[in-house]
Amino acid sequence: MSKLITTRRKLIAGIGSSVLLAGCDSWSRSDRVKNILASAEGLTMRAQRLVTDRNALAREYTMADLSPSFRANGSRTADSVEGSEYQAMLANGFADFRLRVDGLVSRPLSLSLADLRAMPSRTQITRHDCVEGWSAIGQWKGTPLSRVLDLAGLRDNANYIVFHCADTLGRQNRPYYESIDLIDAFHPQTILAYDMNGAAVPERHGAPIRARVERQLGYKHAKFVMRLEAVASLDGIYGGKGGYWEDVGDYAWYAGI
Amino acid sequence: MAIEEDMAAEPQPGALVKRHRISTRLWHWTNAIAIIVLLMSGLSIFNAHPRLYWGSYGANPDTPWLQISNEGNRGYLQIGETQITTTGVLGRWREPDGDISTRAFPHWATIPGYYSLAAGRLWHFFFAWIFVLSGLAYWAWSFGNRHIQRDLKPSRKELSPKHIWNDIASHARLRFPTGAAALKYNILQKLSYLIVLFVLLPLIVLTGLTMSPMMDTAWPWLLDLFGGRQSARSIHFIVAFLIVLFIVVHLAMVVLAGPFNEVRSMITGKFRLPKARGDARPLRPEFAEEQAQ
Repeated sequence: MSKLITTRRKLIAGIGSSVLLAGCDSWSRSDRVKNILASAEGLTMRAQRLVTDRNALAREYTMADLSPSFRANGSRTADSVEGSEYQAMLANGFADFRLRVDGLVSRPLSLSLADLRAMPSRTQITRHDCVEGWSAIGQWKGTPLSRVLDLAGLRDNANYIVFHCADTLGRQNRPYYESIDLIDAFHPQTILAYDMNGAAVPERHGAPIRARVERQLGYKHAKFVMRLEAVASLDGIYGGKGGYWEDVGDYAWYAGI
Repeated sequence: MAIEEDMAAEPQPGALVKRHRISTRLWHWTNAIAIIVLLMSGLSIFNAHPRLYWGSYGANPDTPWLQISNEGNRGYLQIGETQITTTGVLGRWREPDGDISTRAFPHWATIPGYYSLAAGRLWHFFFAWIFVLSGLAYWAWSFGNRHIQRDLKPSRKELSPKHIWNDIASHARLRFPTGAAALKYNILQKLSYLIVLFVLLPLIVLTGLTMSPMMDTAWPWLLDLFGGRQSARSIHFIVAFLIVLFIVVHLAMVVLAGPFNEVRSMITGKFRLPKARGDARPLRPEFAEEQAQ
């Protein structure tokens, strides 16, 4: 009996360790396992939103807290935007830039940088948390996304706002994009930032417009934003998972943790 | 079920007796799996940015207090100004297919064994839920059935420096309790289990939550408690290291105390009371007094 138990134990230990070490690798690549593991994402989002007031603000810091140097990550520059070269737009101070707002809106918009700057603004010093683990504190000034959406008039069936960006990533040059739901879209700290640390948002940080979604990780803060699209579902957008990294890299769409 | 009832029967050395409750056994194994996956997937996540800082911010332009990096053909761990060469293990090591990797932790220490921050996060957050929910259930269950108050709470006598010193001396001589004494946790066990249960495990959950921008919004006191997000990340790593230390000592004690009997007691709950060694004098005289009462 005890011999049997010993054999069984060795078997369990053997299976256990090989499952852990080798199994996790093939499991990590299996869509079924990934889906099971990713089921925690919905639980995390619901639990976090349950304990967080809809309009609760992410901590705001002071000028004394600014990172001496704010790390730039992801795309440092962008390519072409519907015919106009990004570099040409940049050289021209984005005089020809127009932010398009379309999709499920009553009044599609085309806003210049001057239009955005003429709208009410919000300035906030916040901490940017990258999914990799690092953080940087910067000051951001921009137009609250809620103002722009109110101006465009969201239709009742709109559930998500998609940020279409001018940068591309990866070997296939896939366009970067991101999306948030209306809870984050109408959050007071969600802004279309045009200034960073008191000057126009620099190229490497996503000029002319970088989205700030302060209660989520850095990859949700789309850079080089060219177009906002209001949609009912994310299914038809690129890979359908709501963002570049979500499509190509298994990152969670909800990046509150 | 209660250990005291078993004790009342005064089991003799050599008898197979009840030692661990089902609540303890269930949680032990659930937690063991969760902790191992969390540790190894945590190292995957750490590999994405193998630098630790103090304060609110910290990124590549800032100075870390700890980093794992490489230079030329050398991998190294740097703490403060001190560099320790770790080639082959940290910062520069060989992958199973023979290729050189310059990631911080090696493939055999991470889940998955190839570099994927996204997959590491999927494993980490799924098992974090299992870890937290089973831990809370165990807390509630073990307060409810008075396991913590009866079996883990040290008595005043046990906390006396003399008693603790005696226990350290017995451990150092690898003299483990025999007979019915082996059914009770000794003071070093009690203290280490209490520290793990009520200090390390809550700390690792709270510092983990402090890294979440949404949780910092819900509970901004987390940032003040740990001194900023990057400090919380550092503490998370240090506590994980302490948990590894606990596991190493814990496993060593299981091996020294008789792995078959110990593992069986954590699986089936049954434990064979060790027989006294021929030369053994009473390990803890005060325990004999308790028995006599």
